[in-house]
Amino acid sequence: MNNLYNFLTGPALWFSFAVFLVGLLVRLVFLFGLSRERDRVFYNHIDWRWAFRSIWHWLIPWGSASMRLQPFFSLVFFVFHVGLLAVPLFLSAHNMLWDEAFGLSLWSMPDVIADILTVLVILCAIFLFVRRLARAEVRILSGIWDYCIILISAAPFVTGFLAYHQLLDYDLMMVLHVITGELLLILIPFTKLGHMMLFFFTRSFIGFEMGTRRGARSW
Amino acid sequence: MSTNEQAAVKAATETENKVNTKKIREILDANNGARIRTWLSICARCGLCAESCFFYLAHNKDPKLSPAYKFKNTLGELYRRKGYVDWTFLKKCADIAWGECTTCKRCSMYCPFGIDIATMIATVRAILFSQGIAPEGLMRTVVNYRETGNQMGMSSEDFIETCEWMAEESSEEIRGVTIPIDKKGAKYMYTVNPREPMFYPQDLAMAAKIFTVAGEDWTMPSTGWDCTNLPMFAGDKALAGQVVRNMYDKAVELGVKNILITECGHAFRSALFEGPYLAGYQDGKTPVPVIHSVQLLYEYVRDGRIKIDPAKRIKEPVTYQDPCNVSRNGGLWEEGRKLVAYLAEDFRDMTPNREHNHCCGGGGGFIPMGPEYKARRMASGRIKAEQIKATGAKIVIAPCHNCFDQLGDLNKEYKLGVKILSLKEIISEAMIVPDNLKPEEADEEA
Repeated sequence: MNNLYNFLTGPALWFSFAVFLVGLLVRLVFLFGLSRERDRVFYNHIDWRWAFRSIWHWLIPWGSASMRLQPFFSLVFFVFHVGLLAVPLFLSAHNMLWDEAFGLSLWSMPDVIADILTVLVILCAIFLFVRRLARAEVRILSGIWDYCIILISAAPFVTGFLAYHQLLDYDLMMVLHVITGELLLILIPFTKLGHMMLFFFTRSFIGFEMGTRRGARSW
Repeated sequence: MSTNEQAAVKAATETENKVNTKKIREILDANNGARIRTWLSICARCGLCAESCFFYLAHNKDPKLSPAYKFKNTLGELYRRKGYVDWTFLKKCADIAWGECTTCKRCSMYCPFGIDIATMIATVRAILFSQGIAPEGLMRTVVNYRETGNQMGMSSEDFIETCEWMAEESSEEIRGVTIPIDKKGAKYMYTVNPREPMFYPQDLAMAAKIFTVAGEDWTMPSTGWDCTNLPMFAGDKALAGQVVRNMYDKAVELGVKNILITECGHAFRSALFEGPYLAGYQDGKTPVPVIHSVQLLYEYVRDGRIKIDPAKRIKEPVTYQDPCNVSRNGGLWEEGRKLVAYLAEDFRDMTPNREHNHCCGGGGGFIPMGPEYKARRMASGRIKAEQIKATGAKIVIAPCHNCFDQLGDLNKEYKLGVKILSLKEIISEAMIVPDNLKPEEADEEA
């Protein structure tokens, strides 16, 4: 188990980060090349103020008319994303690993906060899963993969939580935690999760299209 | 294999032959840019777009009418199957692309990623058109555009005669009304919807009267006067490009300063926003500025070039229909409201309004698609009918021909008991005609 853990936090981790970063970069460069040729409309109406507003209003809770139509879902959706990004980046245990490897680390949040956020992410994931099943207009759009993505996104949080509180088998949980975390990183560039990067581009486009060209707010 | 099965296979192969897969693949490839790829791949299937769509709302929240469902099961499928689809699938796409979407673009404002679904539906229409599939009503206009340059097949002579006739009639009411044709260097080249010269020539007269009182330097072109663009909605992108080029080229030839669009929504969308791309201009710019009537009429009244007789301001409650392609897709929701404030005493806004307003249900080619689509148009227009009813207004101002017709039909269908008016009609009735422009007979009587 120890060897496996060392492999997972060693070469496998490097591999995952490499796939994640290079994958996103390749996707971006590919789309950029394509857009220069086929999406002139993107470049013809650039106005960064509209791009910024278009992005900002969809980053803050209830910042758009659409989110205000489904306020509870929007809150869940917001908390889910905050947890999804903040916990892995600012968890003190993760930062210790960074520190060990490079002597550098990010700011760490108190463990209590990380714990609360983790529970919230899990609860949000359950809500999103149930919502996907329960609401007809969401269910009709959903394939198996859409449900899997929710499970895969929540898995590192469930296993991390169990490991931190030493519930069930600690070693096993740590292994599962690292595996699911790495799986998530690897999947991001190749799935709809790529929206963590592409969101900023699609929102900029609609900001230009509705805002720069028409003065209409796309939020 | 039984005889029945053999027959079925034969039938299926025959229909299969009708589909020109090569053509579909070409269009798919040409449109396979960064935007469409990204939209199709990152849609999170969150369902937030559903409630933005009036088709969805009007049909008891039928999940098959959510915008995401519509693009996923048309363009999404076409890409997934790399264009290898059968005739039945294409017919199903046609039902969605024309019968369940007016390309009003409201959903793109309700999508967390701002996915421009209308653009994808327009691509589906282009693919269907390439297979000879489009609603008959639109197909008929396409033939007319190709033969005569306008959707109703009106000849240039008839058009010019109608202009002359209207100028003559109007000059009995306002001295010196003319409709200048092909005047070089005019400030505005006024372009119209062919239904004006064909069926409502008084619309031309109203505009001429307003321009005369405002002392405008304007002209109508003898060709390229039709600013509508139904090939854009039929999916015939090549012809749609030709239609806008006819107008642009004429404006350049005459050396006019601006192209002025009549009270028509999609014409504005075509001329100013989609036109340059349809015409193949890489920079996305029109050769001369394009102005909509709502803007110009508002400026006339604001600047006092047209004065409204206070006694003739509308006393009954009034509401304003934001045409999708004038307000949300044209940016003129405030101008429209400010203008209405000059014309009416009791203004009541619909909810939602401005750029968030719902389509009337007649846009995106729906009105010219004809009677076979009327039942759907009436059913999906319920949302608009309810919006109007809730205002308690007796008059609905609609600066768009499609809205105008659709609201007229909704008025009967839902017994709204309202009157639908255009801005031109109200202004030409309520404006103060200066003494020097009053006809001589009136002088004698006075």
